[in-house]
Amino acid sequence: MFRLSSYRDFDWVLLGFVCVLSVISVLEIKSATLHTKFHGFDHKQIAFLAAGLLLMFLISMIDYHRLIDIVPWAYGISIFSLLAVKVAGQKVLGARRWINLGGGVHFQPSEWVKLVLIVAVARYFWNLAGRELMWPDIGKAAALVCVPMALVLTQPDLGTALTYSPILMAGLFLGGIRLRQVVIIGLALLLVGGIAWKSGKRLKPYQQARINAFINPDSDPKGSGYQIRQSLIAVGSGGIWGKGANKGTQTQGDFLPIPYTDFIFAAFCEEHGFVGAMGVLLIYFLILMRLIQNAQTAADLPGTYIIMGVVGVITFQIAVNIGMVVGLMPVTGIPLPLMSYGGSSVLFTFLALGIVMNVRMRRFVN
Amino acid sequence: MELTPQTELALGKAEKLPMGKLHVAQYGVAAVLLILSIGLWRLEVVSADNFRAMAEANRIRKVPVMAPRGRLFDREGRLLVDNYPSVSCYILREQIKNLETDLPMIASGLHLTVEQIEGALKKYQSAPKYQPIPLKQDITPDEQAFIEAHRNELPELETLEEQRRVYPRGGFAAHLIGYVGEISEEDLNKEKYAFYNPGDVVGKSGVEATYDALLRGVDGSRDVIVNSHGKEVGHLGETMAQPGKDLKLTLDLDVQMAAEKAMEGKNGAVIAMDPHTGEVLAMVSRPTFDPNQFAIRLSKSYWNEILTNPNHPLLNKAIQAQLAPGSTFKIIMSYAGLQEGVAQLMHVPCNHGATFYGHYFSCDRNHGMVTIDNAIPYSCDTFYYTLADRLGIDTIARYASSVGIGQKTGIDLPDEATGTLPSTAWKMKTFHEKWYAGETISVGIGQGAVTASPIQLARALSGIASGGALRRPHVVFTDEVPADELQAIHETFPGSGEKTIPLSTQNWQIITDAMYSVTSAPIGTAYMARLEGIDFAGKTGTADVVSGRDRSSKNKDTIPNAWFVGMTPRRNPDIVVAVLWEHGYWGNNSARLASGIINAFVTKQRKLNNNIKIAEAAPAPVTAQAATSKEASPKSSPAEVSN
Repeated sequence: MFRLSSYRDFDWVLLGFVCVLSVISVLEIKSATLHTKFHGFDHKQIAFLAAGLLLMFLISMIDYHRLIDIVPWAYGISIFSLLAVKVAGQKVLGARRWINLGGGVHFQPSEWVKLVLIVAVARYFWNLAGRELMWPDIGKAAALVCVPMALVLTQPDLGTALTYSPILMAGLFLGGIRLRQVVIIGLALLLVGGIAWKSGKRLKPYQQARINAFINPDSDPKGSGYQIRQSLIAVGSGGIWGKGANKGTQTQGDFLPIPYTDFIFAAFCEEHGFVGAMGVLLIYFLILMRLIQNAQTAADLPGTYIIMGVVGVITFQIAVNIGMVVGLMPVTGIPLPLMSYGGSSVLFTFLALGIVMNVRMRRFVN
Repeated sequence: MELTPQTELALGKAEKLPMGKLHVAQYGVAAVLLILSIGLWRLEVVSADNFRAMAEANRIRKVPVMAPRGRLFDREGRLLVDNYPSVSCYILREQIKNLETDLPMIASGLHLTVEQIEGALKKYQSAPKYQPIPLKQDITPDEQAFIEAHRNELPELETLEEQRRVYPRGGFAAHLIGYVGEISEEDLNKEKYAFYNPGDVVGKSGVEATYDALLRGVDGSRDVIVNSHGKEVGHLGETMAQPGKDLKLTLDLDVQMAAEKAMEGKNGAVIAMDPHTGEVLAMVSRPTFDPNQFAIRLSKSYWNEILTNPNHPLLNKAIQAQLAPGSTFKIIMSYAGLQEGVAQLMHVPCNHGATFYGHYFSCDRNHGMVTIDNAIPYSCDTFYYTLADRLGIDTIARYASSVGIGQKTGIDLPDEATGTLPSTAWKMKTFHEKWYAGETISVGIGQGAVTASPIQLARALSGIASGGALRRPHVVFTDEVPADELQAIHETFPGSGEKTIPLSTQNWQIITDAMYSVTSAPIGTAYMARLEGIDFAGKTGTADVVSGRDRSSKNKDTIPNAWFVGMTPRRNPDIVVAVLWEHGYWGNNSARLASGIINAFVTKQRKLNNNIKIAEAAPAPVTAQAATSKEASPKSSPAEVSN
């Protein structure tokens, strides 16, 4: 019998942390767009969050095993939609990432493909469960992730493509990949990467410039180095207590690039300082620990895989985004989950959390 | 629970993962967040001050407030050089978004070429990025409108109101005043310009150069808060600009005008000076140039015109021409001869010249028996050949040197010429040869190796006429200049300066009376230039520009230079005027130019003196008669005035 799970089992603690972070996000978006033509984005973000919450509840109602059952279909549709973007997508800033759905709504398929991949990988490794990972298994898992990844990479959207990799890594790690295999794969990637870097053909010029700027931010202070430089100034000048809400000179003076999306954490650090930043990191820590705890209590393997896939993606995005903001990572254009403005990002995160809720609510099954 | 086929497949397989792996994941997540925390600590706690300073530098821009340059007045306070407001266009490199696409747009809007803009950018490559680069000065209202209309597309363009120089028209006193221009890269490396920045306007010549430190003032600045588009969103503070000091020149506009008029259409120079003080009353050099052309942007065609002019318009011939002084040098020879006790004893028969050391040296006339009294008005070469031979080159050099020949006078203008004063030591040093006695003969009439500038001759001859008191010529009143600045200027322009030379009263009278005869006696070489009722004295010079006395040649370049140094009154003169008319043929041609200038000066002084007398004497009767209004008549009744 299909048991309707009780919302008593919904992870209200997790939702609480998420809501706190969302409020912080909305306030910072408001501050960052205060004197710009993007004024009012905070209201749109609230709308996205509302839609996200709704979807979160909706997806938590469908048993995740159903999702696993339909995932081959979803995977097929994903590949199709990515191809559709390549053909019919709207070109924004030199990349085809969006499909215009009309009525001012744009849809970025690469975000929801992420979700499909999390479930698909869970299903794949569940089927292998208990067995030692052989090279063909690794190859198939890699192919599963790398086909859509390659499609996104050629949009070109390196940032989103990279966010697929933690799904594969989480799967392989939990699936029991051995150290020897990791070393061999690592060496092979280094070799391929080295050749690609040498030939310089795999990366777009702007991507190369971003990496150069990361290595030496002052080499081109007006070009790619500019973003990193302004971000470092914004974060550093925040000091311990910050300059106060709506008072960040880098944010309000429009020196910080896109302070409401990719660089929102820099804007937050400038206005709320080290203390504020540590507060946000603490909330992230609590959310991630709560997710892993849910993974531990999951009823079955696919549940654990799904949650750990979500953990992998969110951790990866936090690491890359904040790493970029503090100058530890090159500029990749990956949004900060639960902080950055943007419908696609919000919807993905809440859907992903919805599936986590889904798994949690069914933890006592069997 | 109903199981789907997929979940059925999974039955019997391990349904749980070992907890260890999830613990590893927890540690992994914690490690990632820890690393990010360290990154934040490094920026926000360790280097916060550094980044705070950078954030301030980002948003606060110093906008220069230009100090108006000091104005220049003549000795009576009449305005010579003023400023006018003008708008310049600057480019802010920090605001350039896309240079390639912007350049053609800027170029067409400001009527420049792309290469010119690139050149400007290149020139300021080493300057700090926040510093605005001057693109175009004195832009038109059309160009201003273009910048305003493209504020959003071209945020890098900025306009700035500046004060620009406006000089007298037609190159009036251009060499004395000089001109300003943007500081050159070479100058920036000099110690003198250590505190100047690229783009600064700096005096390039004349008074503008010498007194630049006083005239330029101190630029102020405004601290403006800007956003990343350079848009002003507020301001913090302001440092007021200190205007440059206005300077009163010793120049007398009336004398200068007379001198300018005299030199119209001629090449050469005029210097008029007050020998009591060394104050320069007029300074003209021809051909002249228009400093207004330099004040904004020198057009290529005008620059080429100046460069290709064979008569060197930029040369200030009053202090930079180094030419044979010709017979004007005979006054210095007379001074030497009389002071040595030689000249007053000489009776020289002149028969169109004489032979020395086997060479015949000609004189233009048969002067008969010549003594020191008529040698000067006659300008008899034979007498001075003989005198030079008696004195010898080193005695001549000693006396000539004492009146400042072969040295700078120390005038407060840049690039004064030294001239040449031959002596045995000079020849050994310059040519590594010994001096031949025969070479001394030509020096006696101001030919041969000796060269001098108009300012040197004016100072030397008027110094002798002043009983041996030589003054340092200057163009700005010394009390206008702070003591330390004056000291610095004197050190920058060293020279003969202020000095007194020995001259006996008797010899002084002989020389000055003889100089009076030059213009007043019918035998005098400048009798044609005499001025009725004015004690006008002087000495002509007709200086050959090629060796040999080919004065009949039709070739303009071989026509002698006409010199005249005149003064009034003959002893302790109030004014000395030196005229150099290049290829002016005879010295008395220059004498007529000088007499015109002297006449203008004397006429003005007499008018001034009369006015004072009228003012001192009771002007009341005239006023009383002229008074028509009822209110005025009781006050200025004849009865009252007569008291």
